[in-house]
Amino acid sequence: MSLPGLLDGLELIRADFPILTRELADGFPLVYLDSANTSQKPQVVIDTMVDHLERHNANVARAVHQLGQESTEAFEAGRDKVAAFLKAPSRDEVIFTKNASEALNLVANTLAWATGDLQIGPGDEVVITEMEHHSNIVPWQLLTERKGATLRWFGITDDGRLDLSNIDELINERTKVVSLTWVSNMLGTINPVAEIAAKAHAVGALVVVDASQSAPQMPVDVVASGADFLAFTGHKVCGPTGIGVLWGKAELLGQLPPFLGGGEMIETVTMERSTYAGIPHKFEAGTPPIIEAVGLGAAVEYLSHVGLDNIRAHEEAITAYLLDGLASVSGVTVLGPLAAQARGGAVSFELDGVHPHDVSQVLDSRGVAVRAGHHCAKPAHQRFGVQASVRASSYLYTTPTEIDALVDALHYTKKYFRVD
Amino acid sequence: MDLDTLYQEIILDHYKNPHHAGLREPYEAEVHHVNPTCGDEVTLRVHLTGEGDDAVITDVSYDAEGCSISQASASVLTDLVIGKTVAEALGVHADFQALMQGRGTVVPDEEVLEDGIAFAGVAKFPARVKCALLSWMAWKDATSQIVAAPPANEEAQA
Repeated sequence: MSLPGLLDGLELIRADFPILTRELADGFPLVYLDSANTSQKPQVVIDTMVDHLERHNANVARAVHQLGQESTEAFEAGRDKVAAFLKAPSRDEVIFTKNASEALNLVANTLAWATGDLQIGPGDEVVITEMEHHSNIVPWQLLTERKGATLRWFGITDDGRLDLSNIDELINERTKVVSLTWVSNMLGTINPVAEIAAKAHAVGALVVVDASQSAPQMPVDVVASGADFLAFTGHKVCGPTGIGVLWGKAELLGQLPPFLGGGEMIETVTMERSTYAGIPHKFEAGTPPIIEAVGLGAAVEYLSHVGLDNIRAHEEAITAYLLDGLASVSGVTVLGPLAAQARGGAVSFELDGVHPHDVSQVLDSRGVAVRAGHHCAKPAHQRFGVQASVRASSYLYTTPTEIDALVDALHYTKKYFRVD
Repeated sequence: MDLDTLYQEIILDHYKNPHHAGLREPYEAEVHHVNPTCGDEVTLRVHLTGEGDDAVITDVSYDAEGCSISQASASVLTDLVIGKTVAEALGVHADFQALMQGRGTVVPDEEVLEDGIAFAGVAKFPARVKCALLSWMAWKDATSQIVAAPPANEEAQA
């Protein structure tokens, strides 16, 4: 089947991902609809990492020998590729972390320790949203609790968009930080990040953007986004686990104190005190995720070759098809915007009379992999009065046939639980 | 993958028509347990008559939100422990826990576990074992709180 917007040569793209040929129990082919949780990896990422391990493995930055030099070059090339992927003004603004959570915690923690202009204290406010992943809620709760500041948040409208009706009251002269997700991992909503960033900058607040769900599926231009800091994770953009990225404006990163202390983040150390390396190394204590950075570089290069605009068009086409398919199953309620152009490729829903865990268990018995639970977004679920949901999420390798398999399996689930 | 091993008819029956559901008075302890990975929740109350291990479990009432496995297991729990002494019920609890954590190798004793034997198949689905144990852990927690607490009238007598 062909839909307008689908990637040209979708079968060739699929052939890049070896896992997609897997057969599951009882001979069912894998229908992987859990890419918002983690993406699958193309052969080029796997091969690049294996090649590095087989031929170039050495620690970075400190070895003078040839392997050390090769490893350092490959690691730093990963940084260049990520900088290009984000259209970052400078490669030094790209900091490798362990994941997106660590990137967000890095910002929240160093802000807690900051003095001078960036200092946060009693009376100051940090603004987040009700649709954040827990990793963009908890670090700000910790920061505001520690500093006696106040945490505030944007609510969600009934149709799953950010409620911006009180934006002028929420973002005010007391606001120090506005931290929000670009694309919701639960509702799929694409938020007007640049518009909110402009409001925040008008009152002198910093803008932190969680791009974990946007970086995989739409073009990201960090400058155009309006962000001061932007975080995403490697494993959702076809890269490996164990690596995340924090991008920050050079000037701000320079003002923030170090995060973790250790090797490579210093300029010089005496027993009394230390001085610190410049960015990005100031924030990369210890041996970094070397192989992971090499793999991440290959991953973002792969995505750029396919084209992020093309991937976005594909996601929109598949998501529209998925929303239509779900609408054809009676008893299914979708949480979040119902228009594909207003959302990303993660669609959460409920099936009347069957708990999400039971839905996902039955789907799994048909080879269909989805996520069930609160998706680390408990407040967003609470907002809609639900405890858990089923989430189907597509990516550049998802086909309409796979959506058909999901819809068939949902009918089977209803029959199994006798809820027709 | 045999779904029917997981979703035994008995489990689905308890899920659709849970026994002893709802929160009731009187009770000596109320606990709230959550499965943080999936968000399943149970609020559970225990009412004992008598004291110590010989105390009889007069009522177990609960309000549970969760999947069929966690709901059905709360229902089976109440059937099994209400009317037993604390010592007897703890024995049943130990047997049920051993069954759940046995990865499918434990053969359940129907004399002891009654409808609980339907959960034998759950043990083969490691991701679902916590669902089956949620209310059982909540019951044990609530019961031990009552048994460990000094009798309510002790303070007045002192």
